Amino acid sequence: MALAVDDFAFVQALVRRKAAIVLDPGKEYLVESRLLPLARSEGFASIAGLLDDLRKNPHNGLNRRVVQAMTTNETAFFRDGHPFEILRTTVIPEVMEHKRSTRRIDIWSAACSSGQEAVSIGMTLKEHFPQLVGWTVRILCTDLSTDMLARCRAGRYSQLEVNRGLPASLLVKHFRNEGIEWVASSDLRRMMECKELNLAEAWPVLPRFDVVFMRNVMIYFDVETKRSILRRLRSVMRPGGWLFLGGAETTLNLDDAWQRTPVGRSVVYRSP
Amino acid sequence: MRALIVDDSRAMRLVIRRILGELGVPAEEAADGAQALDLLGGGVTPDVALVDWNMPGMTGVELVQAVRADPRFAGLRIMMVTSETGADRIQEALACGADEYLMKPFTPDVLREKLNLLTNSEV
Ligand SMILES: C[S@@+](CC[C@H](N)C(=O)[O-])C[C@H]1O[C@@H](n2cnc3c(N)ncnc32)[C@H](O)[C@@H]1O
Repeated sequence: MALAVDDFAFVQALVRRKAAIVLDPGKEYLVESRLLPLARSEGFASIAGLLDDLRKNPHNGLNRRVVQAMTTNETAFFRDGHPFEILRTTVIPEVMEHKRSTRRIDIWSAACSSGQEAVSIGMTLKEHFPQLVGWTVRILCTDLSTDMLARCRAGRYSQLEVNRGLPASLLVKHFRNEGIEWVASSDLRRMMECKELNLAEAWPVLPRFDVVFMRNVMIYFDVETKRSILRRLRSVMRPGGWLFLGGAETTLNLDDAWQRTPVGRSVVYRSP
Repeated sequence: MRALIVDDSRAMRLVIRRILGELGVPAEEAADGAQALDLLGGGVTPDVALVDWNMPGMTGVELVQAVRADPRFAGLRIMMVTSETGADRIQEALACGADEYLMKPFTPDVLREKLNLLTNSEV
């Protein structure tokens, strides 16, 4: 059954209000494919039934599940390759020099999904910076989706997921297999702290980050939300801190206080 | 880039050849290790070999060892493509000279990503 026009409008307004996610007209199929499984698992015969219930009882937690079901959680180990290369060649050497007296590095994987990004950061550090033994390295992993955070915390990945982007040599070094799943080493998981955080709402007190990965999430937001996030991000980073955005994201014309820094054929942004 | 597919399953070779074809990578096929060595020795010069583990005669890992023992093939990048999925198996293949490892089943995208990892290029 096709999605009714006002049902689409209702979901559109809900995800915009709760997560700043913009659902353009034409994305009806996305609502159908994401919400039908949720409707079924909540005991409704159709999406219309689920949304009716939501309109009548707006405060029963169902709206959160609807918003979460509408998020796109696509991710991969070493996604796009070059951010992790730049991390190794340019960023971490600068950070180690800058932090040599405190020997503490704070990294944020904002919108971490199931954690592959943070695990890839951790592997990059372990592989290339043995000097970091004795340092405190924290990778804060945050997302809106409680399901994704649970996965991130567990550090458990399917065969299909570890096939993607992860060199076999790193797989056998940093994961152990349990049946058909692969679990990230406790060394890696110890660096990671997983917390729920909605980027579109007020943020809790955060450390002064040296490095932030906020990749492939701002693309879903409206311009005002992007501006507000980039502005607030400056205040939780140390001057000269490093920001990685997704390939389709930029600070240009949104918050020009960021210093656009080309490295090789890629770009990283530095906090003023 | 050129590829050599070594797999005793005709269906599997076809699947892999199709995916490679869509990526613009031409491929030779061998149904076992001996045939693969014949092709390589006979002047076929692929950049990458995609090698199954369990085949009649020589196993894939034995093929990798044979290839690695021959300096003529020093530039060949080798990826195991197999339904063997234990960490010990992966370790063994890498120790014997395989450069990458892809666990079956996989999607076309995954094969493309692994090829890129293997050859440090973008197909
Ligand atoms: C496409 S994934 C990106 C994952 C990873 N950063 C990467 O680049 O591979 C986007 C993630 O953003 C999360 N997300 C969407 N809206 C959000 C919001 N308002 N606050 C926090 N996370 C959000 C989703 O739950 C999803 O896990």
